[in-house]
Amino acid sequence: MTLAVKSLLFIAVLGLAACNNPDRYGAGGAGGDGGAGGIDTTGLGDPSNPTSIAYFNQTVGDRVLFAVDQATLTPEGRAVLTRQAQWLNQNPGYAAIIEGHADEQGTAEYNQSLGAKRAAAALNFLISQGVAANRMRPISYGKLRPIEVCSEEACYAQNRRVVTVLAAGAGV
Amino acid sequence: MKRLARLLALAMWGAVAVVTPASAELNLILDGPTVEPMPIAVAPFVDEGGAGDYAQEIGRVVVADLVGTGLFYEIAPEAHISRVTAFDAPIAFADWKAINAQALVVGAVTVSGDQITVKFRAFDVFSEVQVDGAALQFAGTTDGWRRMAHKVADVIYSKITGESGYFDSRVVFVAESGPKNERLKRLAVMDYDGANVAYLTDSSALVTSPRFSPAGDRILYTSYETGFPRVTLLDVNSLERRTLQEQPGTMSFSPRFSPDGNRVVFSLEQGGNSDIYLLDLESGALNQLTNSPAIETAPSFSPDGSQITFESDRTGEQQVYVMPASGGEGTRISGGEGRYGTPVWSPRGDYIAFTKQNAGRFHIGVMRTDGSEERLLTASFLDEGPTWAPNGRVLMFTRETSGAGGQTSLWSVDITGRNLKQIPTDGPATDPAWSPLLP
Repeated sequence: MTLAVKSLLFIAVLGLAACNNPDRYGAGGAGGDGGAGGIDTTGLGDPSNPTSIAYFNQTVGDRVLFAVDQATLTPEGRAVLTRQAQWLNQNPGYAAIIEGHADEQGTAEYNQSLGAKRAAAALNFLISQGVAANRMRPISYGKLRPIEVCSEEACYAQNRRVVTVLAAGAGV
Repeated sequence: MKRLARLLALAMWGAVAVVTPASAELNLILDGPTVEPMPIAVAPFVDEGGAGDYAQEIGRVVVADLVGTGLFYEIAPEAHISRVTAFDAPIAFADWKAINAQALVVGAVTVSGDQITVKFRAFDVFSEVQVDGAALQFAGTTDGWRRMAHKVADVIYSKITGESGYFDSRVVFVAESGPKNERLKRLAVMDYDGANVAYLTDSSALVTSPRFSPAGDRILYTSYETGFPRVTLLDVNSLERRTLQEQPGTMSFSPRFSPDGNRVVFSLEQGGNSDIYLLDLESGALNQLTNSPAIETAPSFSPDGSQITFESDRTGEQQVYVMPASGGEGTRISGGEGRYGTPVWSPRGDYIAFTKQNAGRFHIGVMRTDGSEERLLTASFLDEGPTWAPNGRVLMFTRETSGAGGQTSLWSVDITGRNLKQIPTDGPATDPAWSPLLP
């Protein structure tokens, strides 16, 4: 595949992903739907259909969490990623953006780097489980996109995450 | 944006000595243990023709600049005994002494069409002499009236403190809207005091960490416009922008200019590892400056261009380092308890400002470039990202409150720790970066 085609592919991935996941900050801009509650979930498919994005998000598990200031995968995180790899290997018609995030305890640049380390840890694990590298692309949002907004550990724990954001129709 | 361009292009201001200056004793020493604010009277500026509201408004901006430093205390016009009705009229020093004004500013404004002339004189009341060098005239267009007021205040500040001024400057920042989990961000620029806001980007893509070029004509920042964080260069006047690092599978962020404005130092992330790189803007040559599996980011040049300060967690914890501008391992300079990040070299070269995290609190602080004389200036739930005023006396930074309703705002503080205050902005704001003093 040429580089230009690859680039187009990922533009397509991003565009689709923007609609599919409340974490995703796509090119069209967030906020139009008024937050996670306003996301149109119909595009995610039927959660009872094991090949749907909704099934992946809810049943396989689309995210892994991290300890404070750590980018090392936990045993629970490895288990989720193992299931993700199995699902991705069985459903080759999807590509994924691997989003790394940090909680708000930390400076912006450091958290940007920490989110990248987390995304890379998850990406490398998925590759080790047989998922083709060219189906995935890492990104870090640092602390720019918390999913929980309180300033307590209960929220921080949910924000220290890597989310695997799927997009269908990538032609891989 | 046209308005911004006009402000930046403020035409021809001549510097004309109005009166032969005599030497004066009036001065404020800023580095003492305490500074007693100097009582200053600014006589309402005289309308010498067509000035209308400009005369009063310019006088008020001069007062706001000086009083805003915390170094001056205004004696309000209602308390004035003498009325200054002509710019060159003899000063009734006894009247100003009687209300305890140590310094007196007299000014006049003339407007003709869109041309405006502002002149002023400052006096040491108790010595009954004009402050040396504090008698100037500025001319330009009326839309630059606030800049002229800032220039007047810069001269007065400079003559009385012995430091260069910083009022005629701009700040680029990230203007925010929306809830905490879905914030919209766009680049904005304002006068140092929050006036004259102009927006440089829309909020369709996340933007962070804008930085002015040494000449103030370009801005580096990080944008998610391509879908991934990329260092981007923006021309302030044309608003044309280009992505500087478009290597697939990498992320680039935390950019700053070199002092000559020709190179960009920034973080480039590949495979999860962030290192510091230097990009030559003309040739496109890219040099790797650090090479370690640790997080290395937030680089900032020394003003002479010979060294770069940055943060690294190579010891397992964020700390501040200094390395030669050609790269290398660097020397750790931060040594206290807690974590140190976002180092920024003072434009005077004498201090490095930083963000410190310790015991669940964030602080803005300064230390000498060898790490000695660490001084914490602020403390809150979240203070981060200091930027230096062009004279190296004041820092501006981001403060964020905690919780679901947490709000961001811009604050400034003197390097002595005095005069902590919020900068007025229309809405939440982060990531301030001060321009140089405007020409």
